[in-house]
Amino acid sequence: MRYLPLTDTDRGEMLQKIGVPDVDALFADVPEEARLDGPIHGLPLHASEMAVEKHMRRLSKKNLAAADAPFFLGAGAYRHHVPASVDHIIQRGEFLTAYTPYQPEIAQGTLQMLFEFQSQVARLYGCAVANASMYDGSTACWEAVAMAGRVARGKRRKVVLSGALHPHYAEVVRTMAKFTEDEIADAPPAFQPAPDTEGLIARIDEDTSCVVVQYPDILGRVSDLTPVAEAAHAKGALLIVVNTEPVALGAIKSPGEQGADIVVGEGQSIGVGLQFGGPYLGLFAVRDPKNVRMMPGRLCGETTDAEGKRGFVLTLSTREQHIRREKATSNICTNSGLCALAFSVHMTLLGEKGLRQLAAENHRLACVAADRLAKVPGVSVLNDTFFNEFTLELSKDAREIVRNLADDGVLAGVSLGRLYPGQENLSGGLLVAVTETTTEEDIEALASALEGALS
Amino acid sequence: MNAPNTSGWKPEAPVPHEGSHEGPPTVTGNRALMLEEPLIFEIGTVETTGVDLPEAEGGTSSRLGGMERGEAIGLPGLSEPETVRHYTRLSRQNYAIDLGLFPLGSCTMKHNPRLNEKVARMPGFADVHPLQPVSTVQGALEVINELAFWLIDLTGMHGVAMSPKAGAHGELCGMLCIRAALEARGDARKVVLCPESAHGTNPATAAFAGYQTEDIPADKDGRVDLEVLKARLGPDVAAVMITNPNTCGLFERDMKAISDAVHEAGGFVYCDGANFNAIVGKVRPGDLGVDAMHINLHKTFSTPHGGGGPGSGPVVLSEALSPFMPLPYTSRTKDGVVHLVEEEQADAFSEEHFDGVMQCFGRMTAFHGQMGMFTRALTYMLSHGADGLAQVAEDAVLNANYVLRSLEDLLHAPYAASGPCMHEALFGDKGFGGDLSTLDLAKALIDEGYHPMTMYFPLVVHGAMLIEPTETESKASLDQFIMALRSVAERANAGDESMKNAPYYAPRRRLDETQAARKPLLSWLDPEEG
Repeated sequence: MRYLPLTDTDRGEMLQKIGVPDVDALFADVPEEARLDGPIHGLPLHASEMAVEKHMRRLSKKNLAAADAPFFLGAGAYRHHVPASVDHIIQRGEFLTAYTPYQPEIAQGTLQMLFEFQSQVARLYGCAVANASMYDGSTACWEAVAMAGRVARGKRRKVVLSGALHPHYAEVVRTMAKFTEDEIADAPPAFQPAPDTEGLIARIDEDTSCVVVQYPDILGRVSDLTPVAEAAHAKGALLIVVNTEPVALGAIKSPGEQGADIVVGEGQSIGVGLQFGGPYLGLFAVRDPKNVRMMPGRLCGETTDAEGKRGFVLTLSTREQHIRREKATSNICTNSGLCALAFSVHMTLLGEKGLRQLAAENHRLACVAADRLAKVPGVSVLNDTFFNEFTLELSKDAREIVRNLADDGVLAGVSLGRLYPGQENLSGGLLVAVTETTTEEDIEALASALEGALS
Repeated sequence: MNAPNTSGWKPEAPVPHEGSHEGPPTVTGNRALMLEEPLIFEIGTVETTGVDLPEAEGGTSSRLGGMERGEAIGLPGLSEPETVRHYTRLSRQNYAIDLGLFPLGSCTMKHNPRLNEKVARMPGFADVHPLQPVSTVQGALEVINELAFWLIDLTGMHGVAMSPKAGAHGELCGMLCIRAALEARGDARKVVLCPESAHGTNPATAAFAGYQTEDIPADKDGRVDLEVLKARLGPDVAAVMITNPNTCGLFERDMKAISDAVHEAGGFVYCDGANFNAIVGKVRPGDLGVDAMHINLHKTFSTPHGGGGPGSGPVVLSEALSPFMPLPYTSRTKDGVVHLVEEEQADAFSEEHFDGVMQCFGRMTAFHGQMGMFTRALTYMLSHGADGLAQVAEDAVLNANYVLRSLEDLLHAPYAASGPCMHEALFGDKGFGGDLSTLDLAKALIDEGYHPMTMYFPLVVHGAMLIEPTETESKASLDQFIMALRSVAERANAGDESMKNAPYYAPRRRLDETQAARKPLLSWLDPEEG
């Protein structure tokens, strides 16, 4: 009970002050039949720090860490080197154990950091305004769709999803749309070198509130967003661009400068780490500042204090659930503050120069990997374009290959069969991601493992 | 949890405060250890970087499809020492639980054990990909399964959906399970009842799940009015969303009767589990007829708030709702292997484990939830054990009642006669002198070295102040806090006008929130770009 400071003497004195005989009297409003009379059966009793650490370490050892294997997984979560100082800063108690900055006079550290974070994200995305972060990329994607519905004042009911949107993101949108009664128009994923932009444009009509595309897309392809933006705008729809690899934006044009109205994405790549899927960091920005009041999530803004000094506050909260209740722009009452801090610190360490170098190194190594893997018999590289992730078409079922290679200690990538169950035409697909953490030896290990498995 | 300033406060020039020792202004704006810090955009440059990376090689073939980025992005960089110094200096302008008592009612700011942090950073947890083959992540899946087991046992429920990313996301998950269950039986109910004392997220969540919401008033004791609720139930009511212990800090005595009445009328009971820390190990919500309840792992199980997140909101479910939980979920088979059930295996597992009745309503997030929070929460549970968790609830309730009884002679305590409070004590602003408000008292408390309590919430009490000391405060810490609060309460009751300009000693004086909202400045603008 090392976390509980009260002594029995304290407890006795306090009960006396309160004027009750024992602590059970404080639970008098709980119906007797619902009160438990001892520790819950089936759960262990308290354990020492040493014992707990040992138990958890044993569980952690049952996992194969990315650093301990040639590692090529992506599909919305990427392994990058995170500088040691990032974790040092986010472990400072003043950041780690602070609450939401509702009392701005004693929360300027968190608030200034959020203002800087918003500014970094807005610039990266080519947008006017970013919010203080969302749960993750997939929920940010749904919130963007919901926001497009608000911008259309509920008069447009159709959401056009690109077939090359991450299938889990698409599934989150489909799940939520069942309950909001939005109609979803999406195409099956197309297994071809370039995305089906014409087919996508053909599905946009006067009832469309938004078009959602991914950039680079789920198969790793990079293509010009301008034609889709123009087509969407011609019909009065918004273009939502999803990015799951922010490092890419150090090398390719921002979605904002190509006409995206809302840009959302996963920020995990910068500062956050893999963590088996969470917590991650949803990024959310709008190109046109007049839409800011339709945005979900928290916003930090600059102002002055009573002495005229610059300071920061959470603002425009009249959009939020604690004021507007059922009329709020979303039900969200948190952000990913600590992950936003990690992102912002890492981005500050990189700066523009570092981000561009990092992006260039990712792309260079991915080109090396694509060229090497293309030489493996039974492997063809699907992509004409890519940033740090591309799709291989294998001559055998990729799900099985991935499982077999894992048994030999090579984490080969994400099979399309896992992402698209039931799509047998995609079963040979393997998504391979390469980052600055990948070595040429890793690439060689994957190539020779694939050679063995496909022969 | 704090509501905004609705007191009509306007900024004004500071009045020299009697007894202050204001020295001469400094050139830097710093005051000894109270340091001013510019923005990274003002001190960084686009040519500076704090990481070592290879220089981009010229002439490398690019396969970016002609989409190469040309124009500058405008991202400032700092060297590593400058970066560490920038953020360390910023950190010193924050209040935090590591610095002192954080009495935020309903938000539950308790000690964050550092063992949790150490465990979460073990490479086997921190450095694994969500889509790794399941044979390589058995330990991570066991963490999820073990945590799920604790949550089910502590709440007396049937199943648990682990993927929701925060409390409000969990609420949404619970409401979507309810809607899916109703739709599965062809029942198109449209209304969700939310008591007045419900969290603001509750009505917003019900609306996002496609329901109309209606308020249920509180009775004079600060609890749900059972008779009003019963009278409103009918074939159009899908669910009641109730918070227990409620936001007045009281246990809903009639919880079982409420559940029975709702079930009788064919609806479901959603319980907001934000305040579960008051009853963990003492009462199981499942025994009270709850169908769905989210658990804020950060509140009850001590994962850090991190300046506003991330949270984590698993949802425990009754037998009727469990088959509808979202994908993905974990399942241990007889051979001891823990499976991750995603779209790929959903049908197979439905046949094998749920007699084919598993009818997941969909997917709420890309991956499996807040794994980094699961490891922390499980570490905390194992540290406390079943015995320690019951003690957590007892000490949290004891501390709150001690605060209530130590202040009720000075501060209006509207429900002091309604029975013991649970983990939080509620006061109002009745009795304040002059035109002083709860906000003024809160800002004066800052000068005493404390973060203010939750203000203006719940809405049923005028100028509400909701104080939750939590179980990790010692008696000495409570006594000092009570002394500070009594002093500012006395000043408020006496109408001490100087409080209107508090805080005097914080890194910033009162900030102009009206200006921030009228002319939103949400992103740094380079003055040279105009």
